[in-house]
Amino acid sequence: MSTLSQALWVLLLGSLLGLELIGKVPPTLHTPLMSGANAISGITVLASLTLIAQADGNGALLLLGGLSLGFALFNVIGGFLVTDRMLAMFGGRKTKGAS
Amino acid sequence: MDFASYAIDLVAVLLLALGMKGLAKVRTARSANGLAALAMGLAVLGLLLQLQPGPTAWLWIAAGTAAGGIAGLITAQRVPMTAMPETVALFNGCGGMASLLVALGVALFQNEQADLVARISIVISVFVGAITFSGSIVAMAKLQGWLDTPDWTQSSLRHGLNISLAVACLAAGLALPADPAGWPLWGLVLASTLLGIGVTLPIGGADMPVVISLLNSYSGVAAAAAGFVVGSQLLIVAGAMVGAAGLILTQVMCTAMNRSLVSVLFGGALGAKAGGSVGGGGDEAGYTRIVSCSPEECAMALESAERVVFVPGYGLAVAQAQHALRELAKLLEANGAEVTYAIHPVAGRMPGHMNVLLAEADVPYEQLVEMDTINPEFPRTDVVIVLGANDVVNPDAKTDPSSPLYGMPVLEVDQARQVFVVKRSLGAGYAGIANALFELPQTAMVFGDAKAVLQQLCTELRSQGVGTKTPVAA
Repeated sequence: MSTLSQALWVLLLGSLLGLELIGKVPPTLHTPLMSGANAISGITVLASLTLIAQADGNGALLLLGGLSLGFALFNVIGGFLVTDRMLAMFGGRKTKGAS
Repeated sequence: MDFASYAIDLVAVLLLALGMKGLAKVRTARSANGLAALAMGLAVLGLLLQLQPGPTAWLWIAAGTAAGGIAGLITAQRVPMTAMPETVALFNGCGGMASLLVALGVALFQNEQADLVARISIVISVFVGAITFSGSIVAMAKLQGWLDTPDWTQSSLRHGLNISLAVACLAAGLALPADPAGWPLWGLVLASTLLGIGVTLPIGGADMPVVISLLNSYSGVAAAAAGFVVGSQLLIVAGAMVGAAGLILTQVMCTAMNRSLVSVLFGGALGAKAGGSVGGGGDEAGYTRIVSCSPEECAMALESAERVVFVPGYGLAVAQAQHALRELAKLLEANGAEVTYAIHPVAGRMPGHMNVLLAEADVPYEQLVEMDTINPEFPRTDVVIVLGANDVVNPDAKTDPSSPLYGMPVLEVDQARQVFVVKRSLGAGYAGIANALFELPQTAMVFGDAKAVLQQLCTELRSQGVGTKTPVAA
């Protein structure tokens, strides 16, 4: 019970933090922000890793975990890189042609 | 060991929050993105230290990492900037799928260890994960033009269908905790997947960014639910953060488009009937007072203009005409004209999308002017050139209460002395609504592909000696 209430507190505070963090955003950044937040939501990798590590040699579970890890990492790596590509255009004029 | 992984978790959460905060400011956005990525890496490292996976587990971790990592790497590098909304949708759908698969794994094979809380979390994780996945994929397919809006989805039939699917989800969700690996699980997977499709399919392309943003928020919720399933507080925090932030962004987008979330989700596609004729020019009969002109005439007007405003829209991006536009702007600047770009909050396909596209063409950041700043400037503007934008310059939004766009903030280009609209045909805009701007006396249509027209304008201006005498300062 204490772990549950602890987890619920974490959920509540995390939500409040999320609401507070994105207060004022210039419209320019909406697309990159959405893309960045999307990459962060790929944090499910942690769940996938846990599933694999605790599979105890169960083949089906390993497969599910592996698939899930693949999907999540696709989200994370693709998401961060694409966000960086977008933001690079705002900031560094010097990096022109580098991508 | 426990202490170390706790410490790593705390640092990771802190960095994630700082990263998210930094992403909201132009100057810090890029480093903040890196910070968030670092936090993610740290979290993974901390978890691996704590879990101590065996050799078989490592093999699967390596396989999953290689597959997902390489696919992500390639996609991120190859995808064109114009396709950004679709790409975000695709990534997002995969995140939802990952949460769904984790919940499936636990439900099928580890249900003895799962207490009631974990079982309820499985329900949420499967439900939200499946909706996120199928909804995102449909959103992507619609933005890519692979899927149309079927007629039946615009009738009340779809509400009946979606309500039955939702009831099916609820029934399966209630039955699941007692029987985690049986029929309720598969029923829930099937019904939620179909529900995701059923809810997203009727929504018109113009509203899709809002849907993607909402689905982005869902994938955060799915991650938080997966956090409850596997008992990871870091996952719960990060998921909740993204979920809440996604909701705020969705709200911001709705405000910019003057649509309520409820009408986006349940109101059907805006002007869906005309939606099929986009680009086809099927609505020409609706216009009576259209004046068209050649690029030469347009160039003559530009030559003597002192203040020029470009209104770029998605059509510009589709034609890949950003660079041609930048070239024309340079010519005009060398001719002594003041050139700015009017950016509607939802220009392109998402808020901020057009800024990204123009930045790609090296348009100086200071020349991109937002709607509220530029609107008072239009009356003293000589020439406005609308490039592939339509609904965001429709004056009906201010004057005609019967227009579906009524109330949406628009760029008041009808206040300018002269307006040229570069457009391929008179086909309806993305929202499928006729545009009163085209019929105003000061408006002339320049028919043609945006890139071709811009290049003709440049050639024409050069042949008249405009901008060639003085060297262009970058």
